[in-house]
Amino acid sequence: MTAAQPLPDPTTAPEEPAAAAPEAPRREALYFALRNPKLIVGLTIVLLFLLVGLVVPPFLEHGPGDRYAPPLLPPSGEHWFGTTQFGQDLFTQFAYGVRATFLVGLLGGGIAAVIGMTIGFVAGYKGGWIDEVLNMLTNVVLVLPTLAALFIIAAYVDSYSVATQSFFIGMTSWPWAARAVRSQALSLSSRDFVDLARLSGVRPWKIIVRDIAPNMSSYLFMTFILLFGGAVLAAAGLDFVGLGPSDGMSLGLIMHQAVKWGALQLGVWWWFVPPGLGITAIVGAMYIMNVGLDEVFNPKLREM
Amino acid sequence: MRRYFGRKIFVYVLTFFAAVTINWMIPRLMPGDPIKSRLARASLSDSAAAEALYDYFNKMFGLDQPLWQQYLNFWVSLFQGDLGISIWNFPTPVTDLIMGAVPYSLGLLLPSIVISWFVGNWFGAYAARSKWLDNTILPLGYVLTATPYMWLALLLAWSMGIVAGWFPAAGSYGLSLQPAFTWTFIASLLEHWFLPFLSLFLVALGGWAIGMRNMIIYELESEYSNYLQALGAPRRLVRRYAFRNAMLPQITGLAVQLGTVVAGALLTEIVFSYQGLGYLILQAIQNQDFFLLQGAFLFIVIGVLIANFIIDVVYVLVDPRVRVQMQGGAK
Amino acid sequence: MTLEVSDLRVYYRTLRGDVRALDGPTFTLADGEIMGLAGESGSGKSTLSKSLIRLDGRMRYIGGDVVLDGDTVPVWDDRAMNDFRYKRISIIPQYAMSAMNPTRKIGRMIAELLESRGVRFREIRDELHRRLELVGLERDVLDRYPLELSGGMKQRTVMVISTLLNPSLLIADEVTSALDVSTQRAVAETLVEFRDREFVKSMIVVTHDISLVYQIADTIMVMYAGRLAEKAPAKTIIEMPRHPYTKMLLDSLPEVGVKYEDRRLSGIPGSPPGLLDPPQGCRFRDRCPLADEQCLEQPPFVEVESDHHVACWKAE
Repeated sequence: MTAAQPLPDPTTAPEEPAAAAPEAPRREALYFALRNPKLIVGLTIVLLFLLVGLVVPPFLEHGPGDRYAPPLLPPSGEHWFGTTQFGQDLFTQFAYGVRATFLVGLLGGGIAAVIGMTIGFVAGYKGGWIDEVLNMLTNVVLVLPTLAALFIIAAYVDSYSVATQSFFIGMTSWPWAARAVRSQALSLSSRDFVDLARLSGVRPWKIIVRDIAPNMSSYLFMTFILLFGGAVLAAAGLDFVGLGPSDGMSLGLIMHQAVKWGALQLGVWWWFVPPGLGITAIVGAMYIMNVGLDEVFNPKLREM
Repeated sequence: MRRYFGRKIFVYVLTFFAAVTINWMIPRLMPGDPIKSRLARASLSDSAAAEALYDYFNKMFGLDQPLWQQYLNFWVSLFQGDLGISIWNFPTPVTDLIMGAVPYSLGLLLPSIVISWFVGNWFGAYAARSKWLDNTILPLGYVLTATPYMWLALLLAWSMGIVAGWFPAAGSYGLSLQPAFTWTFIASLLEHWFLPFLSLFLVALGGWAIGMRNMIIYELESEYSNYLQALGAPRRLVRRYAFRNAMLPQITGLAVQLGTVVAGALLTEIVFSYQGLGYLILQAIQNQDFFLLQGAFLFIVIGVLIANFIIDVVYVLVDPRVRVQMQGGAK
Repeated sequence: MTLEVSDLRVYYRTLRGDVRALDGPTFTLADGEIMGLAGESGSGKSTLSKSLIRLDGRMRYIGGDVVLDGDTVPVWDDRAMNDFRYKRISIIPQYAMSAMNPTRKIGRMIAELLESRGVRFREIRDELHRRLELVGLERDVLDRYPLELSGGMKQRTVMVISTLLNPSLLIADEVTSALDVSTQRAVAETLVEFRDREFVKSMIVVTHDISLVYQIADTIMVMYAGRLAEKAPAKTIIEMPRHPYTKMLLDSLPEVGVKYEDRRLSGIPGSPPGLLDPPQGCRFRDRCPLADEQCLEQPPFVEVESDHHVACWKAE
């Protein structure tokens, strides 16, 4: 689930770059981006895994479920991550699992982002009773222990796809994004250029999309990254309990099977260590990348 | 004061409503006869028991009654403390099973939440002292918070439990023992408790450290900090003020993180076969015991709501600004 | 007491080079003198006032001397400066309204601050009460949290705190900028009263509002682009300024009773030079109507008549 701690605190939110001169800040941002170690390292790791997930599977001879090898082999030249109880190649499973991880992160995080940002913008811009109602809604979903709720929902559904899982996750992890976006949008909405747009009769949606959102674009992007991470962790949790998608492979599923078939007791560490390591690496790299991005976009944080 | 708490309680009541309604609605949204399919899945060997169960559930679900009546019945039985009878462990009431598991979960959750919060905050504050420390603690914090709870549990169970043999890697107490207030039992309990606790503690720690570090930096750059330093106040006074002020949002952060940590505890228990709610839920899922599952979920919701409320009260006590505002504010 | 500043240079280190924000001002401040420090944004007045008490993160001391009552003030050494801070040099910051810890009762914060500076609160408490009364605050302000006070009350409290230890030099950094006109007057008068009662010996009042500072200052010093333009008794500056910048600055002030139709407000065309790579010679050269080749050489800050210093070749 999303760790709310790495959330860029709305009170220390990056200042919006001047909308007036887009050229210079953009070039400056690029300059700093290329020199920020956190950003570079984080991005490299993420891209590496993305590559593994996207590019590797077509090159693999066997599918993740194929039982063709001797069981419980430790990592070797032929089976980089060893094999399972049933002779399945763990590296194959890993590669396919990474692909599913990115998918869930994108979809789940994306859905949560869309919902959260919409609610946040509307609440922050409109204010008044709309804000009150949306706040109430946000607080309710926030307090609800969502992974537990997901357990219940997933337990009742017989079989479902990665898309459905992403949908469920997205529907439950948007609250803090809504809060963060709302407070930013609130402060922006009181600025003069928004008042001007309002007075000229521009419709609210246009104001939000054209004036407010672009000025928070870096903030929105960073929020999305955090939602991505949260979705990945939530999906892994669900898969681990056995409530994951019925088809396909995922890193959480690998760990689930490892525990189910006693890998812990048998000391078959190559079954459960790599998948968790993969998740930690991807999510951790995204978080660190996020910090780097914050430094790039927020000049005050840059070290001299 | 009344308004402040009134709103919070209203949100909690709404949440409870939502949770109960979700619980009630989900089985009815699934196609087919919910009871028959569940019973078939549970594959009870004893047909007499199956009959009794079916009748009971029928009454419980009241599928012959109009929907609103079913809903009402659900609430009524809830307030009577009747969460139903476990399918998997027939005829034990769900409430009994849950009550048996709760102490273990609480024993895991409370210490790890509280201790990780304090220690994490301390680390975060420490990180803000020097750039070198910051560059070590911060990435570590991020990696910890990115670690899936069950994976760290697996790592600890395997390395310290099985390979090194320092601690047991499964169960909540020795298999041969019975719960009792004896030293042997308590020692065994603690032995089995340590690894799950450590696992929960470490992951949660990361989040607090990062949050606190950010908050401290924010406070150290604030205007009151600047003023104090301009007047020559020593670093430790400035740091002390910054620390106290940074703790406040961390308290609210605790409330927000509660759902996550509870979920993490559930996963950790599963890895260690530790007999708390998490393990119970796993078995409920595996055995298609929906009453148990629903009961556990409701229980968790209630627990989280109560904890939230407690945190709200603590916050009011600790932050003077809130108290003052409620008493009338500026002259 | 006297403050002697000579050739003080403080630059800001940036990725693109050094911003020469404070480039060598030299002046003295006599005992009991209230000096108004005027100039537009970027003139270096804030840098100067900050340099005298606490260098900011990005400021780098480059050179120059500061001597207070015969003692060298180690502006380059943060730790050594602590002996001077609050006890001999103090500041009323620009952000006075948010200068107090929001979660601490004011009295408690003052006590902790004083104790940390080696002053026993018990000994100074009565004086604190007296001064609070002087500025029109009740004693029980000490039992309150900052958020319970209005903006004006917070301002006054901070003024009392900053001057509690009777510093030789007080820097009032734009203390009137955020206030309404009547409060501005009250604050200005309080500053004078502090000096008259010898709570502080001398004062530097940083402002961009010359018309206000004229009311209370003995002398006025005008800065431009990191350098001194002119320093003279207040009356002289207003009535007989010699530096072209000062003249134009005063001309751009609206006159009471004069309408727009009768006389247009004049400004000073152009803008101050960037200090990353400042122009050679007099920095006002580009905007000055009197400039010529001579101005390619930086004019020295000389005394053209008693107590009146100007840095301009054209000062008659």
